[in-house]
Amino acid sequence: MSAGIDLENVCCDFGTFRAVDNANVSIKPGEFFSFLGPSGCGKTTILRMVSGFIEPTQGTIRIGGNDMKGQRPNQRPTALIFQNLALFALMPIWENISFGLEVRGVDKATRRRKAEELLKLVDLPGAADKMVSQLSGGQKQRVAIARALAVEPQVMLLDEPLSALDLKLRQHMRAELRAIQKRTGVTFIYITHDQGEALAMSDRVGVMSQGRIQQIADPREIYNNPVNGFVASFVGENNIFTGEVQQAASGMASFATPHGQFRARLGEVTGKAGKLYVRPEHTLLSATAGAENAIPVTVGDVSFEGNFITVHATSDSGATLTSELRNDGSATVPALGAKMFMSFDAARAAILPDANVRG
Amino acid sequence: MQELLRRYGSGLTLIMCLLVAFWLLMLVIVPNITLFEQSFRPYLPVSEIGGPRDVYSANNYLKVFEGQVTSSLFGIEFEIPVRVRTFLLTIWYSMVVAVLCLMLAYPLAYYMAKIVNPKSLPTLILLLFIPLWVSEVLRAFAWWIILAFKGPLNALLLAVGLIEDPIRWTNMGFTGVVIGLIYTYVLFMLFPIYNAIQSLDTNQIEAAEDLGAPWWKIHWRIVIPHAKPGIASGCVMVFMLSAGSLLVPSILGSTTSQWFTQTINETFNDALDWNTASAYAFLLLILCTLFVSVAMWLFRVKLSDIAK
Repeated sequence: MSAGIDLENVCCDFGTFRAVDNANVSIKPGEFFSFLGPSGCGKTTILRMVSGFIEPTQGTIRIGGNDMKGQRPNQRPTALIFQNLALFALMPIWENISFGLEVRGVDKATRRRKAEELLKLVDLPGAADKMVSQLSGGQKQRVAIARALAVEPQVMLLDEPLSALDLKLRQHMRAELRAIQKRTGVTFIYITHDQGEALAMSDRVGVMSQGRIQQIADPREIYNNPVNGFVASFVGENNIFTGEVQQAASGMASFATPHGQFRARLGEVTGKAGKLYVRPEHTLLSATAGAENAIPVTVGDVSFEGNFITVHATSDSGATLTSELRNDGSATVPALGAKMFMSFDAARAAILPDANVRG
Repeated sequence: MQELLRRYGSGLTLIMCLLVAFWLLMLVIVPNITLFEQSFRPYLPVSEIGGPRDVYSANNYLKVFEGQVTSSLFGIEFEIPVRVRTFLLTIWYSMVVAVLCLMLAYPLAYYMAKIVNPKSLPTLILLLFIPLWVSEVLRAFAWWIILAFKGPLNALLLAVGLIEDPIRWTNMGFTGVVIGLIYTYVLFMLFPIYNAIQSLDTNQIEAAEDLGAPWWKIHWRIVIPHAKPGIASGCVMVFMLSAGSLLVPSILGSTTSQWFTQTINETFNDALDWNTASAYAFLLLILCTLFVSVAMWLFRVKLSDIAK
């Protein structure tokens, strides 16, 4: 069983501060949906409104089509996994997992059996009688997931649950979470500030800034076609050029910058304002200038990072630009101080407006 | 110790150690040992002290079993030594005080630790502390006035219409004593519990609610187990202080409420029988300690939990 979640014009105010501003999103049953944004962008507030710990100031939240207004967290078909997991330290693992069943009056033998089943599901058999303090970070993580799954929620809410783990474990748990979600078919809402996590795990991502949802799309779309400068620069790296839009035609425009005239895709820009965003991996370094979009640069700093090579170069006007070259043997590593040209494909650069914020 | 030496030098360290040693030895150990020794000797005229009748025995301790009175419990009448009766009633009502303090303090502690806006917490704590600035005697007398036959409490209850005739609060057995002791010692219950609950991660409470637990289940399974050391240390403290209180039973007691400390005090100061009085004092100390130990064992509380 899983349910869809609909947020309609949801706002949340804390005093005079508007934490969430007019959020509209429709999450499908069984979807893995992530809210991605920097801290303080309102993503946790959305999660707490869905779970019922905060009532929205305005707007409607529906779970499975039912309006959740006035429903306490213990009445909602959701299960929240806390950032610090919030396991019950004084109970053994199996009681932790079966706490939700205990509350529902399930008898002890059934609870125990269910706990063992769930421990198997999260790949942690034999831990039933251990105490929380005896488990490692990753194991605690699994117990928290099992505890949430025990109540058979229609929606799982995860509040940056991987942020306390080390890198290797985090990557492992990403795959694990994704697998558990697919196995159980429960709708997952995942909160994170880590773009890698959001892109790797989610069916769709909602990028947030300053209480507003900036873009909702699948991970590829978010990365390849960000709608505005905030999404572009929060998800991935960019070379950013300020300038002025000139001669727009059929989705392309030429853009006047201090570095010269460039051509690029034109986003939802009103008037002439906007910035040009070029991903470092979409740039090329060559000894001779191409037909268009070429900037003369001096190679400043070359760092070899294994699978790719990052080159920081300085343009004639003094701006630092970054280029990322794949280490596939074809790219020659530029020499320090070399005079070269950085160029990019017009179709892979975009002129975008700034973030969608309150005016 | 080395830290102390490094910081303050040998002179100051020596003075500090000597002062602590003096305090421990002369103000705690020696008086107690003296009384302990006295409690085994008979109460004799000065001329006979050190004479042939001045020998060690447990007679002073056995004196608690002298003097039978008739008492009744659940309608059954039985004979009981008067001081044993006083002792048992002291223990019983100290327990009542501890339990009532717990019932008062737990909700307030939870409110202070988890619900109240942190900004108003200092004001709240100040309000709780202000009564402590007044001396214990004055506070007991204040209650004596409040509980008086024609006092404000009766006036209020009469005005509201809850009672038809004024109640003799301080003449109803232990009622006045229990009220006075609760007022005097409730903060000793409040703060250990407050500290314990405060250290509980609020997310655990929310997690329990999220998993569907009603409020009482959250308290029973999450908050109370976590606060158990605080509850235990509060209960031990209030129980021991109540059982050892002399002032409140003396002021707020009735003709029918004898506290064991009053018995000890009368033997010391009225009968001037220091020997028997010390025996009673040690009996109170030993039996209360025993009682607390048994209670702690029953509730599976370790001494190290309380010391936290």
